[in-house]
Amino acid sequence: MTDTINTKFTCRDVRVHYGDFEALHGIDIDIPDRGVTAFIGPSGCGKSTFLRTFNRMNDTIDGCRVSGKIHMDGQDIYDPNLDPVLLRAQVGMVFQKPNPFPKSIYDNVAYGPRIHGLTSSKAELDALVEKSLRRAGLWEEVKDRLKLSGTGLSGGQQQRLVIARAIAVSPEVILMDEPASALDPIATAKLEALIEELKERYCIIIVTHSMAQAARVSDKTAFFYMGDLIEFDDTDKIFTNPGNTRTQDYITGRTG
Amino acid sequence: MTETAFTSKAALKRLKKRRGTEWRFRMWGRAAVLFALAALAWLMISIVGTGYTAFQQNFMTMDFELSESILAPDGTRDPEKLRGANYRRVVQNTMYSQFPEVTKRKDKQALFALVSASGATNQIRQMVYKNPNLVGKTVTITVPASDQIDQLLKGYIKRDTDESRRKVSNQQIAWADTLKERGVIKKKFNKILFMNPDSRDPELAGIASAVVGSIMILVVAFVLAFPIGVGSAIYLDEFAPKNKFTDFIEININNLAAVPSIVFGLLGLAVFLNFMGMPRSIPLVGGMVLALRVFPTITIATRSALQGVSPSIVDGALSLGASHTQAVFQQKLPLAGPGILTGSIIGMAQALGETAPLLMIGMVAFVTEVPNSVTEPATALPVQIFLWSDSAERAWAERTSAAIIVLLVVLITMNGFAIWLRNRLEQRR
Repeated sequence: MTDTINTKFTCRDVRVHYGDFEALHGIDIDIPDRGVTAFIGPSGCGKSTFLRTFNRMNDTIDGCRVSGKIHMDGQDIYDPNLDPVLLRAQVGMVFQKPNPFPKSIYDNVAYGPRIHGLTSSKAELDALVEKSLRRAGLWEEVKDRLKLSGTGLSGGQQQRLVIARAIAVSPEVILMDEPASALDPIATAKLEALIEELKERYCIIIVTHSMAQAARVSDKTAFFYMGDLIEFDDTDKIFTNPGNTRTQDYITGRTG
Repeated sequence: MTETAFTSKAALKRLKKRRGTEWRFRMWGRAAVLFALAALAWLMISIVGTGYTAFQQNFMTMDFELSESILAPDGTRDPEKLRGANYRRVVQNTMYSQFPEVTKRKDKQALFALVSASGATNQIRQMVYKNPNLVGKTVTITVPASDQIDQLLKGYIKRDTDESRRKVSNQQIAWADTLKERGVIKKKFNKILFMNPDSRDPELAGIASAVVGSIMILVVAFVLAFPIGVGSAIYLDEFAPKNKFTDFIEININNLAAVPSIVFGLLGLAVFLNFMGMPRSIPLVGGMVLALRVFPTITIATRSALQGVSPSIVDGALSLGASHTQAVFQQKLPLAGPGILTGSIIGMAQALGETAPLLMIGMVAFVTEVPNSVTEPATALPVQIFLWSDSAERAWAERTSAAIIVLLVVLITMNGFAIWLRNRLEQRR
């Protein structure tokens, strides 16, 4: 990370309501445009909800309302004139459970470029699929079976396929919602190595339950508790010298 | 072994009780399955048992002298004029020639009754109409025996019944036996049952017009009900706002699926026939009525198939920047496809068996021609079964059962196809 680090997302007083229930109570945070930002906190603290505001996936949930300002590179992403479809092309997402489409590995990766019309020929698309799979560290494992179903891969491979699928639309941001929670330790290690590589090119925001994982992969860490952002700082600082007692209690395992 | 909480007497007693409950439940299950199988077997045995004989029929192969003096005394070869000729006399002569010793008028009548009079005369009339040059020649053709003789030779009319109480006289029995010995009467596969439309004479009646009518009705019903049913399900599930009004619509679609089918018949009668003035008895109206009957079934099946698709698939597509419509049509619908198809086929199988609504719109008519289009009068298989089951002669009973066998075979084929299709499509995932 030799470039100067700019702010990718500027969030001011972000509140999310599910019906009458307020899940997030006014979050202010600036997320850098390179490196990995981790969201940690106990279950139900609102970290996944907050993650889903960055690509407006909360729009698909009935009764969910987002207020406050979220700017991405200075552009208000909740501008009524902005089509979430365009936003989501720039902000990819990886979910907790691997969700490859029940189609071939090739078609999984090619789906995004196809709907956005990113390539004009079969050869170009082939090249893009290969590039995306290589970046996701999956190419060597699947290059001989691109026509086989994506659901036939192992869990870790599926998760990397989903990352390749997201990369193929060349997003600027990749959101990851507990991406390793369904994976075994070896697959998790591979995924973390991949995140380490990807953070050179993309702004990555990861929600995780594993504090060890946050410590390993992230540059910055935000601690959420009961719908509030308690502390946001460099990961080293959070894990060695937290400024807030709640944060300390959580990372040392006294609250869960 | 030391006695622990798990090996104490009380614990063993509880275990025994638990095992007993399980055993009883399993026995109940087995009894229920056996009962269902027995009912099915009984149905099959009784229907196949009465019906299978209808697939064969007694035919008579005889020489018919198409003498010019009877058919064309004026020497004409005009097919139209030949149509009205006295073919009955030709058939009579042939029958009398089998037993030249019969001379009394009454006996001759009884002898003539051995053959299917209208069957034989129509067959010869058709031949001559097509080829008038046959006049003056002798042809050897096979014509159906009368239904009484057919039933006698199949053993349904008992020979030991008192003569006064059966429709076939002793003399006729003797003649039939002689003809059988001579090889004139032979049992053959009953093509008539499949090729002919309905008829007043059981030996000439077939299910052709009913089968064609049923196919037309199903095609019309499918073409209307499938797009409406699937379309409304996709809209309600994916795009409609969730509010009181859509809840109300949803409840009413479910209600519609539970409405007795005769009500749909009345609706069709009131709307399509009386209000819109469409003709009675046509497959188009039958199909429209059954489309109303079937589309709620398709809607419900489609919705449950859509709801069975994991939401994570749609999330995945949306997160890549697919629009809602793209996510639904490109990712969700293909996964729901097998469920939608299965539901639709089962809905169509239901429609095939519907009788009541068709009665209401006049499809119960006696139709003696195979319809060529959806606007010509037709009947449907279940209605045909209903009509035949109501007829008195013994010969109708086996034909009714035969038609039921055909209907059941089609239904089982449709359901089997639905299962095969579902398994096949699900394997490909």
